[in-house]
Amino acid sequence: MDLAFTREEQAFREEVRSFFRDNVPPDTRRKMVEGRHLSKDEMVNWWRILNKKGWGVSHWPKEYGGTGWTAVQHYIFNEELQAHPAPQPLAFGVSMVGPVIYTFGNEEQKKKYLPRIANVDDWWCQGFSEPGSGSDLASLKTKAERRGDKWIINGQKTWTTLAQHADMIFCLCRTDNNAKKQMGISFIVFSMKSKGVTVRPIQTIDGGHEVNEVFFDDVEVPIENLIGEENKGWDYAKFLLGNERTGIARVGVSKERIRRIKDLASKVESGGKPIIQDAAFREKLTACEIELKALELTQLRVVADEGKHGKGKPNPASSVLKIKGSEIQQTTTELLMEVIGPFAAPYDEHGDDGSNEAMDWTAQIAPSYFNNRKVSIYGGSNEIQRNIIAKAVLGL
Amino acid sequence: MDFDLSEEQRLLKESIDGLLTDSYDFEQRKKYMKEKGGWSKAVWLKLAEQGLLGLPFAEADGGFGGGGVETMIVMEALGKALVLEPYLATVVIGGGFLRHAGTDAQKAAHVPAIIDGSKTLAFAQLEKNSRYDLFDVSTTAKKKGDAYVIDGEKFVVLNGESADTLIVTARTRGGRRDKTGIGVFLVPANAKGVARKGYPTQDGLHAADVTFTAVEVGADAVLGNPEDSLALIERVVDEARVALCAEAVGLMDESLKTTVEYIKTRKQFGVAIGSFQSLQHRASDMFVAAEQARSMSMFATMAGDFEDAKERTNAIAAAKVQIGKSLKFVGQQSIQLHGGIGMTMEAKIGHYFKRLTMIENTFGDTDYHQRRVADAGGLI
Repeated sequence: MDLAFTREEQAFREEVRSFFRDNVPPDTRRKMVEGRHLSKDEMVNWWRILNKKGWGVSHWPKEYGGTGWTAVQHYIFNEELQAHPAPQPLAFGVSMVGPVIYTFGNEEQKKKYLPRIANVDDWWCQGFSEPGSGSDLASLKTKAERRGDKWIINGQKTWTTLAQHADMIFCLCRTDNNAKKQMGISFIVFSMKSKGVTVRPIQTIDGGHEVNEVFFDDVEVPIENLIGEENKGWDYAKFLLGNERTGIARVGVSKERIRRIKDLASKVESGGKPIIQDAAFREKLTACEIELKALELTQLRVVADEGKHGKGKPNPASSVLKIKGSEIQQTTTELLMEVIGPFAAPYDEHGDDGSNEAMDWTAQIAPSYFNNRKVSIYGGSNEIQRNIIAKAVLGL
Repeated sequence: MDFDLSEEQRLLKESIDGLLTDSYDFEQRKKYMKEKGGWSKAVWLKLAEQGLLGLPFAEADGGFGGGGVETMIVMEALGKALVLEPYLATVVIGGGFLRHAGTDAQKAAHVPAIIDGSKTLAFAQLEKNSRYDLFDVSTTAKKKGDAYVIDGEKFVVLNGESADTLIVTARTRGGRRDKTGIGVFLVPANAKGVARKGYPTQDGLHAADVTFTAVEVGADAVLGNPEDSLALIERVVDEARVALCAEAVGLMDESLKTTVEYIKTRKQFGVAIGSFQSLQHRASDMFVAAEQARSMSMFATMAGDFEDAKERTNAIAAAKVQIGKSLKFVGQQSIQLHGGIGMTMEAKIGHYFKRLTMIENTFGDTDYHQRRVADAGGLI
């Protein structure tokens, strides 16, 4: 057992850090520090810089453009990216549909989609949740019927993140009504520009527009857009969600936010002195830092385990990462609220279209607090994670 | 970075787990509690036979040169089996003082007797008003020629009732809360002027309150610098804290395992109560708490080797906070999920809860250590 990073790993961290320092557009970084939303162009611009460096799809197999890094190197890369901070690669393409395509897709599909995912030539979104199918995802009703050489798709998806930017969607559709609910689902990809696709924004409690409802009305999709086998979509979805959990602890994000809390708390006064000197506040902050340190170590244990024993099936300990990671992210946004106190109140109703530039640094703190309630709900709610631990780890 | 045990470490783990499986089930433990001093000399000699009492000592001193990870492995196993024998007091703390500050003559006088199991030690540090501050020392050691004369009272000295030698913190100069002027002395438990009042502790271990009245010891009793040994005390107590973290992880593992087994078999409303989601989620939260504790126990083990004393102390304090929070949750919920049977002396779970609870209040509780981390500017 040796818990220190090796000299090579430390050198790698330096390399990654200095690349971010020199190449992340300063405006992009500043907006992220302040918790503001980025435009599509700002994000895509950065991802193309990353892809040009060869780091756009770092965890993919080398033959599809991956780096061949060790599990620890991936961890370091992600931590530095989150801590800088800079936008993480678009998960829907890079972490979700990409691995499904190179694992289960045919050669033609790999050639067609993978390079475009890596360079974000296509912006992908995820068509999983439906109004009646949240935690019980397998009950989904969106239907794909085979008619000649086409799929005819009808139904509705919801919580579709950044669908307003999307060129492509990967969609779970019911293709067999008579099978057991998990057995009749297929994984189909298609263009968001197709006739019959309607995107309707959902405004969330932070006032922002991240998620959407997406309606399909007799959408015609070429038959070859099925990934893998018909009626095996549930297996691919489980594979995909297992991949999603590896980065979900967001240790780097929380670290960056704690640095911001300390910075602001040494400027904002309470009782005539900086609030960082207030004993009650400081102990809450310290408690959060200690939880985060423990989470970082837990994450490293999962990472090291994956490196040693292969990714294979998802480590159930990753549910610990989801639960603690989301709780800590929420605590950090609560602490920021506490720092600004009464100045949390002013609301900028144009928050999302860039006009909030004029407001000071307090503008995004309350919205970020409201927005972060999502992190214990998405990606399998924390209650679902507890079910997973109870069943897969404790055998209950 | 590597979290796996080496081949040798794996063998060590197998060997101690095997020994305790054979000789330390809950019924056997009850018998050991009734032996003289409240623990089993026979088990202690078995630990000696397997080399476990010599684990952290240098090979030159007859030991095995084990490091923090080796101690972590042993303490986890001792926790899992709820062991009564004075490993912490004798090997970790007593051995720690001898390793870090013992002269060749002092080591020769004490280390072989620790390794072969013939003698045990105890650390006489806590005073009536010192609480968790290691520098808060009223007991005095006044110089008299080459000798020192010790006067004062020490409380809740773990293994104080059985120990052959006491390691005593005493002030050679300065006032009660001065950080300098503190020395550490090896005092034979049967020295003239030493009076011990022994008693069992809540967790089934044994301790003593010890009074020192004009106890005279020679210059050879001094460990380290008699005028300035706070750094030494802090270092050894940090090692004890790390060991307690590992013991707590072992205790939590066994508590969770026992509780999960119980709710799988206990039936109410015609089904195993473990089929109820409210209990499943509670058990999952216990697992999360135990895993976070394990991570910080490893972190503390690693920090034990940090050169920078401030960094070391801060990391270990943080670990003690996490362990304190986790053990309270796992301990309390183990009782809750057991229901009425968890309240009885007859069931083993309550005994795990009691040991866990006492660990929180040893060498600094959660609030104490959280304040220390806050004062040091946090961890990030």
